[in-house]
Amino acid sequence: MNAATLGPGILDIDCARETGRIAARLVEIVARTLHRRGVVIALSGGVDSSVCAALAVRAFGPGKVFGLMLPERDSSSTSLTRGRQVAEQLGIEYAVEDIAPALEAIGCYRRRDEAMRAVFPDYRADWKSKIAIAGGAQGRINHFKLVVQSPAGETRETRLPLREYLQIVAATNYKQRIRKAIEYFHADRLNYAVLGTPNRLEYDQGFFVKNGDGSADVKPIAHLYKTQVYALARHLGLPDEICSAAPTTDTYSMQQGQDEFYFVLPYDKMDIALWAKNHGVPAAELAAHLGIDVKRAEFLYKDIDAKRHTTRYLHARPILVDAVTELQG
Amino acid sequence: MTDVKQQIRSYIFDNFIMAGDPGGLKDDDSFMDRHILDSTGFIELITFLEETFGIKVDDDEMVPENLDSLNNIENFLRRKKPA
Repeated sequence: MNAATLGPGILDIDCARETGRIAARLVEIVARTLHRRGVVIALSGGVDSSVCAALAVRAFGPGKVFGLMLPERDSSSTSLTRGRQVAEQLGIEYAVEDIAPALEAIGCYRRRDEAMRAVFPDYRADWKSKIAIAGGAQGRINHFKLVVQSPAGETRETRLPLREYLQIVAATNYKQRIRKAIEYFHADRLNYAVLGTPNRLEYDQGFFVKNGDGSADVKPIAHLYKTQVYALARHLGLPDEICSAAPTTDTYSMQQGQDEFYFVLPYDKMDIALWAKNHGVPAAELAAHLGIDVKRAEFLYKDIDAKRHTTRYLHARPILVDAVTELQG
Repeated sequence: MTDVKQQIRSYIFDNFIMAGDPGGLKDDDSFMDRHILDSTGFIELITFLEETFGIKVDDDEMVPENLDSLNNIENFLRRKKPA
């Protein structure tokens, strides 16, 4: 492959054309492939789900799009406000369902807090917490840190041992999985399909929960870099707060950017790194473009490959020992 | 120290490869490049090293030069825990 060159405008798209193209594909997929009558979409108040909802309205009209806001105890209050703002602007029917009681009943918070207390015995339910990725940006092996904050504002952090790390992630994954169960309840009741909202960076790098937010019938923006999703948001006339909001995980009670949790750099730089890798741009050119040293650019490329490999199983459908060929195609 | 390397090789083989030829893993093979260990795998490996050899791996020691091959681990353990 001939290496492409990094320059201004590499992520520019014709937003009007792309909107039309996605809307047409959505109709084709939902009506003719999936044989469903409309779509359900969970609105997080972030740019990805807002753009997907707006695209769905372009495709099907507001009467065939059902929005859901599914807050829980650790959700930011702006998630609900912005989700509602988008639903009302688009004129779609929506429901708000607090999933905290379901999460409480299933043991999400208890199991998470149990693992946190194994690391910080003083930790109580009224403390705030988050998990942060560490190491990679300094050329070290990626690992995870638990950061907790007491009600008095005292912050502590430590490297997470394996067992506790896995349990915290497993417990918090309940959030995405419970949400998906509710999305499918409404999809079944309405005979609708469920929209998944990952952008290309999240989809490529496996930043989703299997059978949680990773589960959907159609993913209309999985081919678009996050920068392009923001461009579509502006084109589609979504509220300013959504067009300019920084991506967060909205999963832990302390404020947490996606670049703290999973990606090594902020999304706009990760977009460029991923584009450069996909187009065979040498690490030295990426380094010069991003203003980082070559070693770090090489690490970025390696990390993209490592995440692709590590998260391959998230994308995998259940694998059969022998193919059932009658169902293929 | 050869015993140490053998112990680590067995651990890696039993936990991460599970089948095939243990001899296929060379002493200077990178676990990352061969996709044997991911970041969770390294945390597991570090837990194993700490529990088995009674050492504490500090954050700034979590670099490929210390952990990303059998040879690197052997050298790292030698520095951490002189015989």
